[in-house]
Amino acid sequence: MSGIHIKNLNVSYGNTTVTHDVSLDVSVGESLALVGESGSGKSTVLKAIAGLATNWTGDIEVDGIARGRSIDPEIATKCQMVFQDPYGSLHPRKTIDATLSEPLQIHGIKDQSARVIEQLENVQLDERYRFRFPHQLSGGQRQRVAIARALMLGPRFLLLDEPTSALDVSVQAEILNLLKRIRKEQNLTYLVVTHNLAVVSFLCDRLAVMRSGKIVETADVSQLKSNQLAHAYSKELLQASRLHSGSNEKTPHNDHAQ
Amino acid sequence: MSNLLDIDNLTVTFPTNNGPIDVVKGISLSLGRERLGIVGESGSGKSMTGRAILKLIRSPGRVKADRLSFDGIDLLTRRERDMRAIRGARISMVMQDPKFSLNPVMSVGDQIAEAIKTHQRLSPSQVRAKTLAMLKSVRIEDPERVLGLYPHEVSGGMGQRIMIAMMLVPEPDLLIADEPTSALDVSVQAQVLDIIDNLVTSKGMGLILISHDLNLVASYCDRILVMRAGEIVEECAANKLHAAQHPYTKGLLASMPRIDEDREWLPVFERTSGSQT
Amino acid sequence: MIISKQWLLDDAPKSRTQAQLGRLYVVCLQLAHNPLAVIGAIIIGGLIITALFAPWIATHSPIAQDLSNRLLPPSSTHWMGTDELGRDIWSRVVFGSQITLTIVMLVAVIAAPLGLVVGAIAGYFGGWADRVLMSITDIFLSMPKLILALAFVAALGPGIENAIIAIAITSWPAYARIARAETLTIRNAEFVQAVKLQGASSTRIIARHILPLCTSSMIVRVTLDMAGIILTAAGLGFIGLGAQPPLPEWGAMISRGRVFILDQWWVATMPGFAIILVSLGFCFLGDGLRDVLDPKHGSE
Repeated sequence: MSGIHIKNLNVSYGNTTVTHDVSLDVSVGESLALVGESGSGKSTVLKAIAGLATNWTGDIEVDGIARGRSIDPEIATKCQMVFQDPYGSLHPRKTIDATLSEPLQIHGIKDQSARVIEQLENVQLDERYRFRFPHQLSGGQRQRVAIARALMLGPRFLLLDEPTSALDVSVQAEILNLLKRIRKEQNLTYLVVTHNLAVVSFLCDRLAVMRSGKIVETADVSQLKSNQLAHAYSKELLQASRLHSGSNEKTPHNDHAQ
Repeated sequence: MSNLLDIDNLTVTFPTNNGPIDVVKGISLSLGRERLGIVGESGSGKSMTGRAILKLIRSPGRVKADRLSFDGIDLLTRRERDMRAIRGARISMVMQDPKFSLNPVMSVGDQIAEAIKTHQRLSPSQVRAKTLAMLKSVRIEDPERVLGLYPHEVSGGMGQRIMIAMMLVPEPDLLIADEPTSALDVSVQAQVLDIIDNLVTSKGMGLILISHDLNLVASYCDRILVMRAGEIVEECAANKLHAAQHPYTKGLLASMPRIDEDREWLPVFERTSGSQT
Repeated sequence: MIISKQWLLDDAPKSRTQAQLGRLYVVCLQLAHNPLAVIGAIIIGGLIITALFAPWIATHSPIAQDLSNRLLPPSSTHWMGTDELGRDIWSRVVFGSQITLTIVMLVAVIAAPLGLVVGAIAGYFGGWADRVLMSITDIFLSMPKLILALAFVAALGPGIENAIIAIAITSWPAYARIARAETLTIRNAEFVQAVKLQGASSTRIIARHILPLCTSSMIVRVTLDMAGIILTAAGLGFIGLGAQPPLPEWGAMISRGRVFILDQWWVATMPGFAIILVSLGFCFLGDGLRDVLDPKHGSE
């Protein structure tokens, strides 16, 4: 069975179980958002799929392969991850070129130079950035590099952990456009973890709302757009998020101005 | 009515290998007892402006201004010692992350009590009563329990409320809040901002809310300054934000995705090849 | 390709080598702005040149005895005077720099990589590997350096090679501690997780991603420790367990001059000066390097 399938996933750190019987299906070509507040366990689910959280019970299947507890090179070529922090996810002493060639070297793929250039082009990063160090790039450029690195091995699935929350609004728009375009062009499957419902609305087809380690609701994005989420918590989350969104004009208190 | 804060031609300069760089380029603003929002992206100089008012720019940074006066006091000529009396007592600042602003080895109650004791001479029981009252004023339901907690034992939202309680102890005339909620979850953000809003409104304080979030600032302020690259590009009333004139402000507003998003692509700024992001 | 300043400081390097050299150049540039570091570098440079060209710099043979000219004060023929066997102290100090430099280099080459690898493995894997490796490290750390070195030399027999081994064995635990602490802070960094996700083996992650980040703090630490290493070597020489006569080792020279310290002060003082100067040089350089390389207040 293709796609990502999770059944009764319980992930624990030490003695605390962070997620409780999470079951989730992501079919090929779709973009699913995992939404929730900090501590809801949404990033933990992502880490378990990627192989970074190893203490879990249940079943995780990626593109027909059951995931073990350790990093699987075969899954590595199919499923990659983009991290939240563009400052922490690039090795500070390696040039962009070295960072991008690394996955190719690990998997013994030839033609590295051509592939690096191709991927830089893909994420619309000029070739003159190729031999720079991360500290010579802006946040948005770093995130482009991180996306390029995730795409180096030609994966079918991309796990995105808050890919734009550390970026400025105008840069966020560029990265969101980029992610949307790449997905369209390469028919990728996204699993996006985010707290930003507006990002969900732009980038995803479906969303799963998580709270305290459980999925409380799975809905279509059209339900989000038309304010038709069913669960009380989802509604609350939506209400709080509207504050940040231009779609809702909260009346400013003008009584205070003199 | 005299202004609470008057700034004329404020410049903040940092030296670099390629010569000095102005991170704030001669901005002027005045503030009454109102809520002013300063919005901008990273590198716009918005935080530096907030820090410059409190003279918290560290060397080698330099602050220059034609006028920087607060309630009739010329801050430019004040020495560090006088500034310390003004900071906290008359102007308070709430920073982004409460984790870094609270002392990790002191209990919450002790820290607030300390803040009270530096400004007022009260008996221990009065200090305790006031501490509890302060915590209640930031809508902490069980202040007795929170008193004994250490900063690592409280959540982000709670920590930020404690910070606000501490900042408001001396009843300042001006509160500068620099991204007070960006480290918090959306549902908590609204609570914290409501608390700030209520306190500011009821006490008739001035508020400068510094944030990258246009809509958030629009909801909680009376007036908005949009900053870009050290300059103020637009000034408007908060409720007129959506009628903003400057292309940069318009661009910022348009580039934000919305919850009821139906655009295929988000509009982005044209960038010169030198500043591609 | 011509190496010019412009080429090195190019914002958009054309190759990996250019990028690396450019970085190195920026580090050197920053070092050059630090007067103490420059002094340190000059002293160490002087030491290296002296060691390399000792036969040409020395005015006499370092071991030729001339009993008729023993214990002469500094003069134009014997710049630093002569010792109790009539040997020229200047020449002995010059040749002694070779021994000092050899000790310092060999200790650095043995101890630093050993500590680095042990610390990185312990920090990266954690669990029982960490416990075992760090217990061993702690055992070594709990004993005073000089005493431990003494015990080793006593067991292995006196001599310069054994002194080097003894000092190296006593120095690595400190480096292992630093490397472990550094590794702990980076092993959960997102860039390490990212390479892990790409299927990289633990060996590859440690060798190519973690160790390069530990090296700069290691270089700083080793440079600062050099002074201590020189003193330990001199100490061993002083009590007769290091370099053996007639080798002109500075510590051994002081030891012999001790007898004449009141009447013929130069015999013990001159090699003492050399030790102080070189130790100071390493300290200055280490301090300067720390300002430039330390990620906490570095150029990142």
